[in-house]
Amino acid sequence: MKLGFSQADEHFRQECADWLNGQMAGEFRDIKGITKLTGSPERRKEWEKQLAAHRWSCIGWPEQWGGRDATLAQQVIFAEEYARAGVPGRVNHIGIELAGPTILTFGTEEQKQRFLPGIAAGETIFCQGFSEPNAGSDLAGVRTKGRLEDGEWVVNGQKIWTSLAHISDWIFVVTRTEEGSQGPRGLTFLMMPIDQPGIEIRGIRQINGDAEFNETFFTDARCPADSYIGTVGEGWKIAMGLLAFERGVSTLGQQMGFRNELDEIIAAAKANGAAGDPLIRQRLAKAEIGLRLMRYGALRMLSNTDHSRMDGAALTYKIQWATWRRSLGELAMDVLGQAGEVTPHQDYEWDTLPNLFLFSRADTIYGGTNQIQRNLIAERGLGLPREPRWTA
Amino acid sequence: MEFTFTDEQRMIAETARAFFSENATSARTRAAMEGEGIDRALWRDFCQELGFSAISIAEDVGGAGLGLVELAILAEAAGAHVAALPMLGSLMLAAQAIAAGGSKVQREAWLPALLSGETIAAFVEDAGLEVRDGKLTGGSGFVAHGALAELFVVTDGSGAWLVRRDAAGVSVSAQTTMDQTRPLAEVRFDGAAAEALADPAEALAAANRAALVGLAAEALGGAQASLDRTVEYARERVQFGRPIGSFQAYKHRLADMMVEIEQARSAVYWAACAVDEGSEEAPLALHAAKSFAADTAFRCAADMIQLHGGIGFTWEHDTHLFFKRARSIQTLLGKGDWHREQVAAMILGEAA
Repeated sequence: MKLGFSQADEHFRQECADWLNGQMAGEFRDIKGITKLTGSPERRKEWEKQLAAHRWSCIGWPEQWGGRDATLAQQVIFAEEYARAGVPGRVNHIGIELAGPTILTFGTEEQKQRFLPGIAAGETIFCQGFSEPNAGSDLAGVRTKGRLEDGEWVVNGQKIWTSLAHISDWIFVVTRTEEGSQGPRGLTFLMMPIDQPGIEIRGIRQINGDAEFNETFFTDARCPADSYIGTVGEGWKIAMGLLAFERGVSTLGQQMGFRNELDEIIAAAKANGAAGDPLIRQRLAKAEIGLRLMRYGALRMLSNTDHSRMDGAALTYKIQWATWRRSLGELAMDVLGQAGEVTPHQDYEWDTLPNLFLFSRADTIYGGTNQIQRNLIAERGLGLPREPRWTA
Repeated sequence: MEFTFTDEQRMIAETARAFFSENATSARTRAAMEGEGIDRALWRDFCQELGFSAISIAEDVGGAGLGLVELAILAEAAGAHVAALPMLGSLMLAAQAIAAGGSKVQREAWLPALLSGETIAAFVEDAGLEVRDGKLTGGSGFVAHGALAELFVVTDGSGAWLVRRDAAGVSVSAQTTMDQTRPLAEVRFDGAAAEALADPAEALAAANRAALVGLAAEALGGAQASLDRTVEYARERVQFGRPIGSFQAYKHRLADMMVEIEQARSAVYWAACAVDEGSEEAPLALHAAKSFAADTAFRCAADMIQLHGGIGFTWEHDTHLFFKRARSIQTLLGKGDWHREQVAAMILGEAA
């Protein structure tokens, strides 16, 4: 049992850090430190291309498709250094971490040729169309319909929480293609171009005043007949496989962002005297301990080479970080006092800590609510009886 | 990334788990509780047959030369059965102190007997200890397994001394203790002859590291056992025509226990590893592990009582063994709030 990374990995870390810091001090210094998903979209698309030009855009992919065949440890290290260098989040996160791996695993050779080079090059930006107004936690309740007509899929319905749809080129959509089917049966996974008359995107304003998410409406939207991944009617399998890609590697990078937030709270507490309050001190210590335990939980998860097995650390990770961060937002406001209740901006726009307080309410909802997580932990982790659900 | 057990560590864990589940039975632990608070046969087998007592003692002083990760593995397994053993006082504190800070003569005089289990030692802390002409006056009312000890390692926080039970001026009386698996004793010195340990700073630092990791690991074992036993009950117990584990209100509490336990597991092995690797994170990790794991053990044991309903409140059921052990761990070697205050001082840049 060891805490650290190998020497070769540490060399790789240096290489990542040197390149990223160089970029953030040079050509791309204007985007350094942007934390909102919606900030400077055009420059961030250019940043995607810059990553690709230096073969840093999808290091975990095979070399053949523009990656580096990077080991898990290397992917983790890149994610850590990426966040440490203050580089804003990837606008093509969905393409690199979800759509690409899905096509690599389930796509045909022709689909790989068609999509992967564009994703790897930072030219094709993807977003995901899973949730619907009536299919949130219960994803199998999808109602958006797809039918084949004159050699094309014709899609009608509505998706919601499609983050970054307004700057994306493609959307993957889970549609109900079998008339009268229910639950996870009869679903098909389609790739659709966004720039067409049948697709309309409207922003959703959130409690922090920002609009990172969208509603996406499909009215006779079209894509070619060969745009499905896997098998027609078995899109559920693809959707489930895709959600499995989402976990793991990016978690340690995400924690670097949390580190920055906690450091900002500590600095604020020292500056305004809150650090002298014994109760605040207890909560700061708890937050620090929680963050460290998140790191070692993630290392346990990633040290486990058998990734098909949902071990305890992996199964509990989502609820752990989401709940931790939501409490961190509350602590931030208790440290700031009334200064946290007002913003220096004219618009309803918030700096890091008040924004953390507001935004973190979403953390325990998206990607599986805390309540759904508890069901999963109890059923998969502890083997307790299952909740009633769709019979497949 | 190798933050996972090696094959050797996995083998030690399997051996330890099998040993405790076979031998540290409820009946034997309860017999110990009725008596002197120790299962002597279990202790003899632990020390002699399996050689576990030597595991985290350096090879050059007669140990097995393994680290605190291995010690944590054993303590976790022992904690899962609330085993009535003097691991804390005799091994984690006294033997560690003597091995790290004793002279060659002191090590040779005491370590073989401590590691074989023939001699039990206990650890006495008294900040107001008086030292005059090599004689000690003072003591403590709360010495774990103190009534059985033949040797005391005594400290006032900076110095460290050895005192024999049979020295003049030593008086010991057992206390009726809430946690009967680790009973406390009142130990008083009235001008008792003492022998200073050669390097008290090293002795106390080593004892502190091992005991914090050991207690945290024991707490982790207790927390996991509380969850496992409650899950088993949740599957068997039927009310309203359904296993009670099918009710969401019940399932979610068990899920919350697991979330805490997984963090406690990360905390314990992070701290053990940080000490073994000499990482600069070690001091913070020790405070984190002790406070987090102890609170987790208490919460899980308390939930075990609640989720068992009436049977969980009975003397007959083992729930109270875990509950009382968890409570005592919370207080031993610094309460959670104290450890968190140390962490706060570190992260606010105030630490000395």
